[in-house]
Amino acid sequence: MINIFEVNETNNMIEKESLDVRTITLGISLLDCCDADLETLNQKIYNKITTVAKDLVKTGEDIELSYGIPIVNKRISVTPIALVGGQACRTPEDFVTIARTLDAAAKATGVNFLGGYSALVSKGMTAADENLIRSIPMALKETERVCSSVNIGSTKTGINMDAVKLMGEIVLATAQATKEQDSLGCAKLVVFCNAPDDNPFMAGAFHGVTEADAVINVGVSGPGVVKHALEAVRGENFEVLCETVKKTAFKVTRVGQLVAKEASERMGIPFGILDLSLAPTPAVGDSVADILEEMGLESVGAPGTTAALALLNDQVKKGGVMASSYVGGLSGAFIPVSEDQGMINAVAKGALTLEKLEAMTCVCSVGLDMIAIPGSTSAATISGIIADEAAIGMVNQKTTAVRVIPVIGKEVGDRVEFGGLLGYAPVQPVNPYSCEKFISRGGRIPAPIHSFKN
Amino acid sequence: MKKTIITVVGKDTVGIIARVCTYLAENNVNIEDISQTIVQEYFNMMMIVDANQSKKPFAELVKGLEALGEEIGVKIRCQHEDIFTKMHRI
Repeated sequence: MINIFEVNETNNMIEKESLDVRTITLGISLLDCCDADLETLNQKIYNKITTVAKDLVKTGEDIELSYGIPIVNKRISVTPIALVGGQACRTPEDFVTIARTLDAAAKATGVNFLGGYSALVSKGMTAADENLIRSIPMALKETERVCSSVNIGSTKTGINMDAVKLMGEIVLATAQATKEQDSLGCAKLVVFCNAPDDNPFMAGAFHGVTEADAVINVGVSGPGVVKHALEAVRGENFEVLCETVKKTAFKVTRVGQLVAKEASERMGIPFGILDLSLAPTPAVGDSVADILEEMGLESVGAPGTTAALALLNDQVKKGGVMASSYVGGLSGAFIPVSEDQGMINAVAKGALTLEKLEAMTCVCSVGLDMIAIPGSTSAATISGIIADEAAIGMVNQKTTAVRVIPVIGKEVGDRVEFGGLLGYAPVQPVNPYSCEKFISRGGRIPAPIHSFKN
Repeated sequence: MKKTIITVVGKDTVGIIARVCTYLAENNVNIEDISQTIVQEYFNMMMIVDANQSKKPFAELVKGLEALGEEIGVKIRCQHEDIFTKMHRI
C-alpha cells in the first residue's frame, strides 16, 4: 500500500516543482474530408474536427480533477493540409480559407492550438504543397490558434534546397505580416527535417498519414522535478547523476502514461504515443537550463554544455522508455530560448550564442527553437540557418527543426514579448556573412551515406 | 475497486480530523486508513478512502474538500490512488 511519504513526494512535485502533463493532443485524420469543392471541403473539415474533439477539453479537465495533476494544454493535430486541400485549392488564397476553418474549429472545441497547416516536401513540392507554403504568411496573420510546419528534408531523401530557399522567404514574409505583434506568426511556424508523424507538441504537431483516424498523443514535462532531484546529489559522480535523472524521468513519465491511458479510455479513442520530452516554461524553476547549471555549469552555454545536455537527454529516454510501452514523437529535452528563463538569462548575459545552441541541437530534441533574431536578417541567411539545422538532422538520423523569429523593427539587444507559454526573448546576433550564392543554387542535397561513420 | 487518497497539509489546529471526517461521513465516503504526522507544528495527514459510493460525483467531492480546507486554513487534496501507485510502484 502506498505510504504518506510517497504521496507527499508526488504532491510536492506537482505543487513546488511544476510537474504537469504538458499536452494532450488529439490527432485527427482529415483524409476522408477531401473534396473538389472548396466550400464543401471546409464544411467537412469543420464538422469532423468539432465532432471528434467535442469532449477533448472537458475530458482533460475531468482527469485533472481526478488525479490532481495539471494538464496544461489540450490541442488538436490534423493531417497535413497540403494533402487534404490539394483537390480543391488552386491558389494560396484558397488554402487560407482552410486556415480560417481550422481556427474556427479550434475555437469551437476550446483548444489553444491546432497544428497541421503543413506540407511534407522533403524531396519535392507538388503544386498544392507550394500553394500551401506560399499561403502561410497570410494564414498565420489571419488566424490565432493555427500552427504551421513544413518538412524540408529527411535522412532517406536528403534536403530539398528549393523548399529551404522558399522557407527562408516565407519565414521573413510571416514576420512582416505579423509585425504589429512582434512577428508572432513565426512562433507558430516550424521548419523540420525528419518530422515525426506523431509529435504532440506545438507548433510542429501534425497527424501523419501513417496514423489511425483519431489518436491520443500525450507530452509530459517536468524540468523542475529533475532539477530538484539533482539538488540532492550535488557533487556526486556521474553514475549517481545519471541514476537520479533516470529515476525521476521514470516517475514523470508514469504520470503521463496514466493520463494518456485515461484520456484514451474516457474518449474511446486509441492511445498513440507518449512523448518523453522535458519541456520548459517561462515560469521560474521550470527550466532545462537550470538543470544543466545544477549539473555544474556556471551558465548554460559554457564549455561542457553539449556534454551535459547529451547526458540529460539520454538518461531521460532511458528512464522514460521503462515507464511507457509506446514512446514516440520528439522525446528529448527541448531548448526553446524564449520559453526557458535560464536560457533567456544566459543569452542576455552573452553566455549562450546561436552557434552554441546549434551545437546543442546535435544531442537533444528538437532544434533552434524560439530564437529571436534581427528583423533585418536576409531570407537567404534564414535559409542558411534552416539548411544547417536540417543537415544535422539528416546526417544524425534525428528530428531537427528551426523556429526563429526575425522580429521586424528590432535589432540585437532589444527584447521581444510573445506572452504566455511563448515567453520573451532578447534579440540575438546572427553571423553577418552571406550564404546567398549557396542557397540560390537550386535543387537538392542528396541523402547521406550510412556507412564509413566518422 | 479504486481507492482515493485524501491528504491534508497545514498548520495544526483543533478539530481538523473531525471536520474532514464529518464531511466524508455526510457524503457516504468510507475511511479505510488514516496516517498522520506533525512536523514542526505542521499537520500532515493521509487518508485512504473508498469514494465509490459517494453521494457526490468525484469532481464535486474534490472541490468540496478544497473549499473545506480553505475554511479550516489547511490544504486538502483528493486524488485517485493511481497517480501514486503508477509513480512509485513498478
